[in-house]
Amino acid sequence: MTTEPQADPRPVRTAAEQAFAAMLAAAPADGSSRIGALRRDAAAAFLRNGLPHRRVEAWHYTDLRALLRAAPPRAPGDAAPAEAIAFPRAARVTLTDGTVGPLPADLPPGVSLLSLADAIAADHPLLDRLGAEAPDRYDAALALNTALLGSGVVLHVAAGVTVERPIQVAQVVTGGTSVFTRLLVVVEEGASLSLIESFEGPAGVPYLDDAVADVFAGDGAVLDHVRVQAEGAAATHLGTLGIELGRAARYDLFVLTLGAALSRLTVRGRFGGPGSHMGVRGASLLAGRCHADVTLFVDHAVGGCDSRELFKTVLADAARGVFQGKILVRPDAQKTDGRMMSQALLLSGDAEMDNKPELEIFADDVQCGHGATVGALDGKMLFYLMSRGLPQREAEMVLIQAFVGEAVEHVADPAVREVLVARMAAWLAARG
Amino acid sequence: MLDIRNLHARIGDKEIIKGLNLTVPAGEVHAIMGPNGSGKSTLSYVLSGKEDYEVTAGSVMFDGRDLLALTASERAAAGVFLAFQYPVEVPGVANMTFLRAALNAQRRTRGEAEISTPDFLRLIKEKAPPLGISQEMLRRGVNVGFSGGEKKRNEVLQMALLEPKLCILDEADSGLDIDALKVVSEGVNALRSPERSMLVITHYQRLLDHIVPDVIHVMHQGRIVRTGGKELALELEETGYAAYGADAA
Amino acid sequence: MSAVQETVAQVRAIDVDQYKYGFVTDIESEKAPKGLSEEIVRYISAQKNEPEWMLEMRLDAYRRWLTMREPTWARVSYPKIDFQAYYYFARPKAAPKSIDEIDPEILKTYAKLGIPLRERDALLGIENTDRPKVAVDAVFDSVSVATTFKAELAKAGVIFCAISEAIREHPELVRKYLGSVVPVSDNFYATLNAAVFSDGSFVYIPPGVRCPMELSTYFRINEKNTGQFERTLIIADEGSYVSYLEGCTAPQRDENQLHAAVVELVAMKDAEIKYSTVQNWYPGDKDGKGGIYNFVTKRGDCRGDNSKISWTQVETGSAITWKYPSCILRGDNSSGEFYSIAISNGHQQVDSGTKMVHLGKNTSSRIISKGISAGRSNNTYRGLVSAHKKATGARNFTNCDSLLIGDTCGAHTVPYMEARNASAMFEHEATTSKISEDQLFYCLQRGLSQEEAVALIVNGFVRDVLQHLPMEFAVEAQKLIAVSLEGSVG
Repeated sequence: MTTEPQADPRPVRTAAEQAFAAMLAAAPADGSSRIGALRRDAAAAFLRNGLPHRRVEAWHYTDLRALLRAAPPRAPGDAAPAEAIAFPRAARVTLTDGTVGPLPADLPPGVSLLSLADAIAADHPLLDRLGAEAPDRYDAALALNTALLGSGVVLHVAAGVTVERPIQVAQVVTGGTSVFTRLLVVVEEGASLSLIESFEGPAGVPYLDDAVADVFAGDGAVLDHVRVQAEGAAATHLGTLGIELGRAARYDLFVLTLGAALSRLTVRGRFGGPGSHMGVRGASLLAGRCHADVTLFVDHAVGGCDSRELFKTVLADAARGVFQGKILVRPDAQKTDGRMMSQALLLSGDAEMDNKPELEIFADDVQCGHGATVGALDGKMLFYLMSRGLPQREAEMVLIQAFVGEAVEHVADPAVREVLVARMAAWLAARG
Repeated sequence: MLDIRNLHARIGDKEIIKGLNLTVPAGEVHAIMGPNGSGKSTLSYVLSGKEDYEVTAGSVMFDGRDLLALTASERAAAGVFLAFQYPVEVPGVANMTFLRAALNAQRRTRGEAEISTPDFLRLIKEKAPPLGISQEMLRRGVNVGFSGGEKKRNEVLQMALLEPKLCILDEADSGLDIDALKVVSEGVNALRSPERSMLVITHYQRLLDHIVPDVIHVMHQGRIVRTGGKELALELEETGYAAYGADAA
Repeated sequence: MSAVQETVAQVRAIDVDQYKYGFVTDIESEKAPKGLSEEIVRYISAQKNEPEWMLEMRLDAYRRWLTMREPTWARVSYPKIDFQAYYYFARPKAAPKSIDEIDPEILKTYAKLGIPLRERDALLGIENTDRPKVAVDAVFDSVSVATTFKAELAKAGVIFCAISEAIREHPELVRKYLGSVVPVSDNFYATLNAAVFSDGSFVYIPPGVRCPMELSTYFRINEKNTGQFERTLIIADEGSYVSYLEGCTAPQRDENQLHAAVVELVAMKDAEIKYSTVQNWYPGDKDGKGGIYNFVTKRGDCRGDNSKISWTQVETGSAITWKYPSCILRGDNSSGEFYSIAISNGHQQVDSGTKMVHLGKNTSSRIISKGISAGRSNNTYRGLVSAHKKATGARNFTNCDSLLIGDTCGAHTVPYMEARNASAMFEHEATTSKISEDQLFYCLQRGLSQEEAVALIVNGFVRDVLQHLPMEFAVEAQKLIAVSLEGSVG
């Protein structure tokens, strides 16, 4: 681009924008602390740009200014703990309407889990990890979340510690509120962790869930990350995931998108040292009039790393799926190996899929590729299965499960994988 | 077992089956021979219920039921099995999983109990090795990366597991060398029984040396134009299809 | 010696920096005053004795243009263009009446470029070789200077002439189709073109006619500080076929020159248009000084059922390329193709690709793009494939591969795929890689020089696209590729 888009002369104009501005105005001012300054800068960023719209390239297919009609008031912050999706063996902390429930008592040595509010009160040194990028570059989801920072969890795994049980940070919204939560995860050098995030809420109640996770994996760390978005059918889910890897780290993410009327997940992964691997995969199963956007940005800032992105989108009814993915290979990031694939299955004539896989490459000794496909179920396969006795619905389900299976099979923990597969099967069975 | 009367079928605007009559009694093996484009493969698709084909007239009775009223999967459960000329690859669905899903779907449709895991594994262990189907092939996606011969053997394995009443073999020998042809035809012959009928569709006489039919029909321009015993194959080998107005090709 | 070999020989002989067409022709020319205003638009129209409706169209475009802003979404950067610093009209003094009256200097220029303008020469060529006939329309700065083989084409009912002539001689055709594919207000540069276009080619193929020879236009910018705004309109009526070639060169200048062309293609029922371009405008010197700013709007409308439009382009020149030859697949069963080779070296910036808009039923499109970046250049493929609600059975296959030569250049791929139809089937694949050391070593070991080896491997890389060019052009393009990459390795 030759120029940045012109500043919007009237950034706060829609009802939702005004509601957000009111939330920012009502938030308590916080003197001179570093977190206070971060909140202020982030609030300023939102007030300068408002919600992103069609002409903001990264939000071209998800015009928040048009799609987000209203923003309900913030939750009071005194909710009683609610039930969340269970994963076998997982140690779980549940955030109900943003309120942190009891912390699991039996965490192994070297693992510390504390509420963000406590961390802020104690001026915890880990909080220095937040705000590494200047807030004036934040988009609305990240800016609002940062400006209203206060609710959330901080998870730290000390160097060399292998955490045997998965740790689940579950989020449940119970009513028509706006919830802003933050998760900070630091897995130090040589440590390993299996992390699960889940998001749920009531069907039929419009609410807004703006969740940000900042994930740091140190040199040689191994992190398996599963994120399940199963929000209520009238919800808006804005997710932001920032990932920073050290040297020779291994990070694998699987994102399951099942719910929300409107959802956007922005994943920004960055390689900070050579020899690392990043796997970013996911499946979106969308029905009704649901709109789900997954936008990835993988930054090969240094050479000698590989990234694998694989996203599967299944669209029924009048659902709309968006996949945007960009692999950036910076100058001198030689020996980069990046592969990205987005595949969509349209089950209905009213569904829509928009795909924008991008490569931006400034180093020559690289192997990079991307692919994208959109299509209906293969008629030949369907007939083959039916000719062997599978009724049409069952044959379709087998093919759809095989389609999404390619992405979910990379989840390392078989017990976790089983829960995800069961969730997908339930979605398919409910499709009717 | 199978009774076809005055069958007419088309794909798009093109009529391909034009008044075909055919009766296959239980326990008999019938071969349908004919030149390319005579409608042989279309017949196999029409019988197995492929949606692209439209039946415009006639009837097909199978085991006392109106076959044309059933969906593809109902026909399979009723006992119609089509061994495809070119079996499709289904990535992501393990062969083993698929075999079990098909077997159980058919059992459910027939109101039978599903097969237990140990019973299924025993069944596979019994049926797969004679056809040279390895554990590795069972773990792979259905037909994915299989050679032509492996695909055909996999079709015969499914036939052996599903135990259909009518087997339709569409060009079962295409793409097979002589050794593979022997394995496939031995597999098929092992399934011959007084309760099971077979319809062997082939262009060449070669296959009929291995799967010897009781009756041979010659198909041309969408209908059966001649019916005779197995010696008819030898005659066709000599004269080709030219007598029926077709190129010998 | 065939014209192509001749061209190649001449290209070798004229050793000016990297760019081989950088000579200036010394002829007297007439220019409109510098800058752009309503008066200039009227002046251009008057110079061409245009009818009132044409002037109105230009003025309407000019007024709209004043309200528009330059697009900024492409991945190119350049200093702000001062649109008042250009001449919007230049033509050789003493406009020629026939080929025999053309300034001999211009004829020499085209001869240097390997384009025999005189039918006599071309016919001689045929006697000596089995080279097919090519009818040529030559555009020098803003004016079409000669069109060959007109008589022979007229026999088949084919109209091939300068668009200024078509406006006067065939107003009913021009009024019906001009601006019907690229509307006057389509985009900033297309609107500018609609206001100030000076000349270009016009082709009409009557129903059922297969054009008896290849049609070709050569564009040459000669004058300093001159914008060239040619306009091409090709109509293939029902059941007809035409293959059209376009070549472009310019002298070396220190200043950037502006080129903003519009090409409109209309294919009626069962018609086919094949449009091939070898774009070799001056790319600037090794420090990125000078070169052509090339902002081109090319669009084809498959208006009738079963129609087909195929774009093939070899882009080696220009400092800035901003160009997206597109197909609107309106007719049922219509198909669009885009085959592209884009090479950037030095400080060149390329942002090019295509749009395939599927509107009719059972439409298909195919995109093969090969980008090669060397030096300090940046090369972007930008493409859109969309299927609308009613476009049942839409099919697209896209393949875009990028090759990087050296570690100071960039290769970017920005495809947009929008499917609003469940029966649509889109497939897209893209790769980026460098020339393999093993391949290079293998060639070197067999005795090829580094540059020969690179040219050989690059030619292999682009082979899928080259084979879609007419034979004559393919050979020329192959040599151009080698010349464009000189100095990119070693």
